[in-house]
Amino acid sequence: MPGRPSPSVIDVLLFIARRLALAVATVLAVVTIAFVLGRATGEPGALLLPDNATQADVQALNSSLGFDRPLLVQYLDTLVGLVTGDFGDSYRLRESALGLVLQRVPATIELAFWAFLIGLALAVVAALTIQLTGSRVLRAIVGWAGAIRQSVPDFFFALLLVLVFSVLLGALPSLGRTSYASLVLPVATLATGQFVMYLRLLDAALSEQAGQDYVRTAIAQGQRRSTVLFTRMLPNAIVPVLGMAGLNLGGLLGGTVVVEVVFAWPGLGKLLTDAVSQRDFPIVQAGLVFVALAFVIVNTAVDVLVRRIDTRTAAA
Amino acid sequence: MSTVLRIENLRIETDGDTPRTLVDGVSLQVDRGESLGVVGESGSGKSLTVLAALGLLPVGTRVTGGRIVIDDRVLVDVEADVWAGERELRALRGRTAAMVFQDPMSSLDPLRAVGAQVASAVRVHAPRLSRRAARERAIDLLTSVGVRDAAERAATRPHQWSGGMRQRAMIAMAIAHDPLLLIADEPTTALDVTVQAQVMDLLAEVRDRTGSALVLITHDLGLVAENSDRLTVMHHGRVVETGATRAVLAAPAEDYTRRLMAAMPAEQERATPAVRTGEADALVAENIVVDYRVSGRKTPVRAVDGVSVRIAAGETVAVVGESGCGKSSLAKAVLGIQPAAAGTVVVGGVPVRSELAARTAAERELAQIVFQDPYSALDPRLTVHELVAEPLRIRRAYNRATVGTLLADVGLDESYAKRLPGQLSGGQRQRVGIARALALRPRLLVLDEPVSALDVSIQAQVLTLLDTLQREHGLGYLFISHDLGVVRSIADRVIVMQHGRVVEEAPTAQIFSDPQHPFTRQLLAAVPRLDGPRRTARPAAA
Repeated sequence: MPGRPSPSVIDVLLFIARRLALAVATVLAVVTIAFVLGRATGEPGALLLPDNATQADVQALNSSLGFDRPLLVQYLDTLVGLVTGDFGDSYRLRESALGLVLQRVPATIELAFWAFLIGLALAVVAALTIQLTGSRVLRAIVGWAGAIRQSVPDFFFALLLVLVFSVLLGALPSLGRTSYASLVLPVATLATGQFVMYLRLLDAALSEQAGQDYVRTAIAQGQRRSTVLFTRMLPNAIVPVLGMAGLNLGGLLGGTVVVEVVFAWPGLGKLLTDAVSQRDFPIVQAGLVFVALAFVIVNTAVDVLVRRIDTRTAAA
Repeated sequence: MSTVLRIENLRIETDGDTPRTLVDGVSLQVDRGESLGVVGESGSGKSLTVLAALGLLPVGTRVTGGRIVIDDRVLVDVEADVWAGERELRALRGRTAAMVFQDPMSSLDPLRAVGAQVASAVRVHAPRLSRRAARERAIDLLTSVGVRDAAERAATRPHQWSGGMRQRAMIAMAIAHDPLLLIADEPTTALDVTVQAQVMDLLAEVRDRTGSALVLITHDLGLVAENSDRLTVMHHGRVVETGATRAVLAAPAEDYTRRLMAAMPAEQERATPAVRTGEADALVAENIVVDYRVSGRKTPVRAVDGVSVRIAAGETVAVVGESGCGKSSLAKAVLGIQPAAAGTVVVGGVPVRSELAARTAAERELAQIVFQDPYSALDPRLTVHELVAEPLRIRRAYNRATVGTLLADVGLDESYAKRLPGQLSGGQRQRVGIARALALRPRLLVLDEPVSALDVSIQAQVLTLLDTLQREHGLGYLFISHDLGVVRSIADRVIVMQHGRVVEEAPTAQIFSDPQHPFTRQLLAAVPRLDGPRRTARPAAA
């Protein structure tokens, strides 16, 4: 729109600089905490060698991995690796840790993105339908269905889906990431959970907006109720939901271990949990840096979006 | 002259198994170009009546009897079972009849540029108009209602507009299609008197141009006197009296109308001051400065700029001015809620520190506050007894009898002790607020718009109570208000503030009879009076 007060270049630069600083601080904090916790839980030598390995073998392995160096040196080494993008090789798989993580990233993004998008989109559609029809029955049905879905744990819901669609109907694959069809069940498991949460938030937010004076003003001008719903109430209602959605998408990008395990989905969550239990620190470090960055990026994007919708927040 | 709006025998009830009747047997009529004032206290059904006319009743209420006719179209006829559909109503709303609502802050979409909102009001009934043309028309409309630099301001959002400017934008939207009927529901209640006068001038001016009839819904008889040709008085959902405004106000036929008029703050000062000599002053505040930090600005905003106030024991000093003049900031500085950046505060003879946190318990007891909104100032889950007992418990001075005495002092007997705020009327809640403030036997009471949320008849009762309590306890009152009528009837002295400074200070009688500063005169001139000058639009050549 012409005449919209556009933020000055300095404002934009300041915003970006602040976000970059935040990203750096977040990654640094995550890496540091992971380092401390990792070292506090012991060295990996004993876990990597067979049970019958001697104490000397374990010692030798630990020192070859650099665990005999002073902690501070190890920590600085980790930080240097962080800056240069070299997280070292996985102790167990003898491959570049970063490479292993990056291999898994597409599968994770694919699953998280679709689950999030479908969950949110369905919630918006359902919430708008409830408002448009004003149907109490619809709201009750959706509410009950949501409560039932939420009371079933993800792994069990996933198994139910497998039972129905793979075993009984034979319609969809239950394992792996081989085709688009294999995406359906894991996405369905996650998206239904997301859907229920967003629907609750949106329905409450829209119902609150419905009682606002500006809605009455628009109706009194002769606007259609549906127009008011789409152009006035929805933008006002979605702002708080978006904040929540950002946190959630960040969480999904961190991997969804349970679903990955059930569907043998080659995502980040399984890789990371395995790496943690094996004390495979390079993978843990590389994975956490990715997760932290994804979190910051997603939430920055959400902030930008919210600022575009609601310029009042830009001033604060 | 033809009739624009005719309501006959309207009845509105709540939904449910045991419906309550909210409006019963109300009839009113507005002719082309005419101005009708609808007056009543809260709960009189005055807003519901006109909302029903446009099919805008809130959820949970419905029309159960009567007829509504707008511009010869029968919208509702309960007996003939005629109900206008949403489509028919939509065609009418904003084009034949348009509304201006009370609170221009909440009545605009906070997310959309004001210009875009006006443009969409234009396009609703002119869908063929291009967006660009609608935008241009919106800017023309905003300019026509006195928004300067409308083209630039149109792109900004409501929170960047002042209350008066927002109400102008509301009016711009309402007159977008030169409606036959403008319905203004308490259009100026949220505004300062000077801004109120501007908005009412504007309404008269646009009606001159458009020939629209006006229904003015208000609790303010003065406003009606100056702005309406005919008057309908409502009480408890019924019409009490109706007739030519002048005639009704000159010789009200009904008892209720007389009571309403009598409850208006008298245009005279209080007879006997309650000032006590020989006691320490309730408040001596000198050269108070209050600054607010604003994010994004290096220099703080100065809200109060070197103001001094002295209040003797038993004296009421009123601070008046427009919103943003610093009167509330001054009160906060006295209480220490917003610490003064400079200046000294002495309460009841005791010098106190500027920050509330730094004040001792005994120092804090000296000054207490009664808030404006009795609905939000009381914890809804505490009983009246507990509300008043709370400050005593904090000081370990709780005693059942003390609470009883305090409640009796404000005119609430034992039967109220167990009630929750939700079970009280506005006036009763404010009494509880006053009892709570008195619990610690303060020397100074800060009264921040204590009666502006109350109906006039209740206002008078609370003001009488405040007067009695002051005489009994020798309290000093710092009375913050924008309502000059109320100020006149209770204050001994008046301080007029503008832009954080005192522009005039004088005994009440002198302020009202012989105001010195131009701003004081402007404030006084803006107050609507029963015998004030009339703003009437010329009847349009119909």
